[in-house]
Amino acid sequence: MPNGETTPNETAQLLTAPREWRRAVVERLFLLACLVAVVFGVLALLALLYGVLRDGLHRLDWEFLTSFPSRKAERAGIYSALIGTLWLMGLVTLFTVPIGIASAIYLEEFAPRNRLTSFIQINITNLAGVPSIVYGLLGLAIFVRMLEPITSGQAFGFANTSGRSVLAGSLTMSLLILPMVITACQEALRAVPQSHRQGALALGSTTWEAVRHQVLPAALPGMLTGVILGLSRAIGETAPLITIGALTYVAFIPKSPFDGFTVLPIQIFNWASRPQEAFHANAAAGILVLLVVLALFNSVAIVLRIWARRRLER
Amino acid sequence: MKLTTTSGVVFGVLVAAVLGTACQGGGSPSGSDSGGGSANLSGSIAIDGSSTVFPISEAVAEEFQAKYPNVRVTVGISGTGGGFKKFLNREIDISDASRPIKPSEVELAQKNGVEYIELPIAFDGLSVLVNPQNDWVDHLTVAELKKIWEPGSTVKKWSDIRPNWPNVEIKLYGPGHDSGTFDYFTEAINGKEGAARQDFMASEDDNVLVTGIAGDKYALGFFGYAYYVENKDKLKVVPIDGGDGPVTPSIETIMDGSYKPLSRPIFIYVRADVASRPEIQEFVKFYLTEGKSLVQEVGYIPLTDELYELALKRFQNGVTGSVFHGKGSQPGVRLQDLLKAES
Repeated sequence: MPNGETTPNETAQLLTAPREWRRAVVERLFLLACLVAVVFGVLALLALLYGVLRDGLHRLDWEFLTSFPSRKAERAGIYSALIGTLWLMGLVTLFTVPIGIASAIYLEEFAPRNRLTSFIQINITNLAGVPSIVYGLLGLAIFVRMLEPITSGQAFGFANTSGRSVLAGSLTMSLLILPMVITACQEALRAVPQSHRQGALALGSTTWEAVRHQVLPAALPGMLTGVILGLSRAIGETAPLITIGALTYVAFIPKSPFDGFTVLPIQIFNWASRPQEAFHANAAAGILVLLVVLALFNSVAIVLRIWARRRLER
Repeated sequence: MKLTTTSGVVFGVLVAAVLGTACQGGGSPSGSDSGGGSANLSGSIAIDGSSTVFPISEAVAEEFQAKYPNVRVTVGISGTGGGFKKFLNREIDISDASRPIKPSEVELAQKNGVEYIELPIAFDGLSVLVNPQNDWVDHLTVAELKKIWEPGSTVKKWSDIRPNWPNVEIKLYGPGHDSGTFDYFTEAINGKEGAARQDFMASEDDNVLVTGIAGDKYALGFFGYAYYVENKDKLKVVPIDGGDGPVTPSIETIMDGSYKPLSRPIFIYVRADVASRPEIQEFVKFYLTEGKSLVQEVGYIPLTDELYELALKRFQNGVTGSVFHGKGSQPGVRLQDLLKAES
């Protein structure tokens, strides 16, 4: 604007115009920053996928999935590790879903608001941040050594087994992810509006009936998300399992929860640290298998979540 | 304490049960009739320990199970120290070890009443490597290596080692502190296990070291011989002068002991109280005979025939204890002499 007479209206415009312009720039910059953040994550994942596909895809065939490990890279397969991971995930789901959901319901819906409850609450939140190796040591002391008659199945008449079983591994892994699962389930319960509970209680239902018919169905999708997150963490964990004595070379698959086992990450790590190039290809192929198993687990959970939500809307 | 007694009792029952079945079957404990009875041999063998020994034990387990399908052999990796812990707690039958048993472990063995049979199974050489473009290093003496790697070393440039070498910073690569390789190198070169300068690129994954040295003209590093063999085209190996002139590591020089002090025997330890189990008898025999060709196949150096025979005799005679008398690794001591002295 050239100098000269300006009306009060024009003055106001003069003052705000640059600010408007700046706001638009900030808006754009923020959008760009968000985009960069997303692209960064996706690119890193794509780079990993590309590398793994390039190195491992040619090794991935039915024989690789159904062969036991071997000293000869081209003969080695991932069978025992794959089945071990499936056993572990199955048992961990079996332990964490009921315990996790029940703990969350108790803490959210039934527990009196007193010091003991908040003490338990704080501890659960803190436990979620404990390094996984600590859980391994705990699992070794309790499940492998102290409870050996149970985790080895000798109490049930199994022979030739030890406490370093897939059962002990699953129990340790369950301990590891339970804090995470409980916290997520609690969040899901908290997200259910208070009015649902009050409505049910006003109509004369007991707390359990209100939880069972009103709160739980509404919280279920959120709870499933928590369980998926927990399981996804468990599937990639190695340190606690090595500590409790998961094996590396196993040429059999667990026939009962009391058998020894290995899991995909252990097998992958072992191959990746070998000097021979051919084993690195096996490691890459193993990573692909791990990613597929993880994706399958997640999609099952997503389908369940959609199903739970639909039922809720009806 | 209560834990150990419980598991001890449980294990005792288990051993008794296994021995009971073996006796009923009428199998001789020495299990020398391997031809006809291969399908009858059953049981399980638990092995754990060093990641260095793992590839050998894995290969032997694989071949053994092909011959005796009813025997379950499992191999874990929890490090030499971790393996001994489980071994002395009677959780496993055989311990893979990349060094002899340590005094502290011998003490624990005595406390727990565990007797063990120590058997050398192969040699592992440590190789010192530089970049292929490095045209000035012809060899290094042990004293020079010590000067480079000792704690508080003042070597910063190549010219600090020998004045006529380039006046350029030297980049050092080595295995991390948790590895048995690092322990052995420091013991052999610096005279004290674990003692070394701190400012070098350390990685637990030897493949990272290979990449590092292959990409840096002024690099120097060390790691297991097997990794050098697999990456011969990317690296240049440095001959080491251990007092009798420079020697390049090779199968021959490591086997005959002339490549010193950077080659070491690696071991399996068998628990004496389970050594009489027929499947373990057969497995160890297999390890010390058929295992020889497998050792080379997975990148290690086999012992001499004489040493394998001495080791087998040691096992069959049930000689317990360590030829190193629990003093840990002793670089430069010839295995033949130690084994012969006790056979």
